[in-house]
Amino acid sequence: MVLETCDLVVDVPGRAAGRALNLRIEPGQVWGVLGPNGAGKTTLLHTLAGLRPPRGGTVLLDNAPLPGWRRRALAQQLAVIFQERQDGFPATVMETVLIGRHPFLSPWQMESAADLALAEAALTQLDLLPLRDRLVSTLSGGERQRVAVALALTQTPAVWLADEPTNHLDLHHQVAVMTLLHQQARDGRAVVMCLHDLNLAARWCDHLLLLYPDGEACWGPTDDMLVPAALEKLYDQRLAVGEVDGVRVFVAR
Amino acid sequence: MPGADAGLRHSLTWLVLILASLLALALAVAIGSETVQPMQVFAVLRGEGEPLHRLLLLELRAPRALAAFATGGLLAVAGALMQVLLRNPLADPYVLGLSGGAAVGALAAMLSGLGTALISGSAFAGALLSTLLVFGLAHGTGSWTPTRLLLTGVVVAAGWGAVITLMLALSPAERLPGMLYWLMGDMSYARSPWPPVLTLVLACLLLLPAGRVLNVLARGPLQAAALGVAVRPLEWGIYILASLLTAVAVTTAGSVGFVGLVVPHMLRLVLGNDQRIILPAAALAGGILLTLADTLARTVLAPEQLPVGVITALLGVPTFLYLLYRSRM
Repeated sequence: MVLETCDLVVDVPGRAAGRALNLRIEPGQVWGVLGPNGAGKTTLLHTLAGLRPPRGGTVLLDNAPLPGWRRRALAQQLAVIFQERQDGFPATVMETVLIGRHPFLSPWQMESAADLALAEAALTQLDLLPLRDRLVSTLSGGERQRVAVALALTQTPAVWLADEPTNHLDLHHQVAVMTLLHQQARDGRAVVMCLHDLNLAARWCDHLLLLYPDGEACWGPTDDMLVPAALEKLYDQRLAVGEVDGVRVFVAR
Repeated sequence: MPGADAGLRHSLTWLVLILASLLALALAVAIGSETVQPMQVFAVLRGEGEPLHRLLLLELRAPRALAAFATGGLLAVAGALMQVLLRNPLADPYVLGLSGGAAVGALAAMLSGLGTALISGSAFAGALLSTLLVFGLAHGTGSWTPTRLLLTGVVVAAGWGAVITLMLALSPAERLPGMLYWLMGDMSYARSPWPPVLTLVLACLLLLPAGRVLNVLARGPLQAAALGVAVRPLEWGIYILASLLTAVAVTTAGSVGFVGLVVPHMLRLVLGNDQRIILPAAALAGGILLTLADTLARTVLAPEQLPVGVITALLGVPTFLYLLYRSRM
């Protein structure tokens, strides 16, 4: 399922319109969104998910504008991993991950054995099975982050919108989550994620969108976008560039 | 949660709750100034038995027991709903100032020397007024968030509290006991059990298919929206429903405290946090608690009757503190 934007201007309060986005995110692609704090990465992701209206232009999923989608039908195709979550209300890991099946169940339906199996597979994939009966509020930040990824995995989306999916994760689980998202793309889903780690972007993303604080933006295949001069301007930070195992590596000077 | 052993546990839960409900109601009709033996209760249920017992059970105790059961159920369900709405397990049905509005209405009617029917009507009007006031003010010009709703409710409740104190200070001494009983919650104001019973049954039917969507909402509005929930209409619906349930309960029995706070919380500790289980379980457990509390209130210092709110608070405060102390939240 293709996610497209047509002259999209996201509504970041107090900022000029900047450049309108004309993106075409196809199945099999992994897009990384890079930019400094406050550049509008999260706002863009929420706009792509139809959770907030754009200032201008449209977002199209499967050639249909988002406002025309029924909320439930949209949730069957598109999952969001949020950067900020409300884990205050008590629920176990299993209960939390199972709500990923909500868009697929009618009000009177209970989760079936198949739904339960999906949730368990997601827990297994994220090393959460031993924690299945723990309250989410008692978990560490990294464990909660994995619960959020497992929830989205249980939702079986065609399009993933992930806001800093590697937040709080240790190195092993950073790689595990990036591998999972990459595998999702190879299985024919589209993935868009906001990232702060240039090295993860260089290794796992095939397309990049650079968002500048003033609303300027540029996008394209990763190889064309990872230009040190452009990245230094993006972050207002000097960079050292190296190469390890054929992948470019960026270190702040 | 589904699964074979979870299913068995839930069947057991329902069995225990339903048996306990029947037992609580049976105790409430059997115990009192004149204790009726179990065999005599059965006789009356079969349409036989002594005329005195018939009068006592069917005309006096049964309606009061039913009213207490339904009121307890309403408060517990309303509490569970408010807790999901505000994403705060420590919210209760009165947290948004609804009981204050009802109390001002009831006390005003009492001060004017109106009859019981008008006191109830006035309490209901006060509760609705408070609901609309909080809802309108929280809506305001900005966005509608649970935090804003909570703050508005707490401030409005403080305002009602001041008005109540003022009315008590200005009241003639002979009216004070009745007013204080009303403020603490008292089943003897319940005239007919049917308004709370019917409200409770309708609310449960309405909420049965809504359990899972409430589970999703408890994860936060953005996550809920991403899972296909129309968040704003749902939040308004919960608020209005919880307010109506509380208004009917307050109108029936005055402001009985702690049922709406303690019952859902205890159930969560035992049954987990699936609203599909918690909401109907709260209806039964709240009913059991208030029925038993009212039976105690009638009998501990008989022939004196205590306000049932005192009993629920005396039971509720230590239980709640204990649970809070033990819980991992």
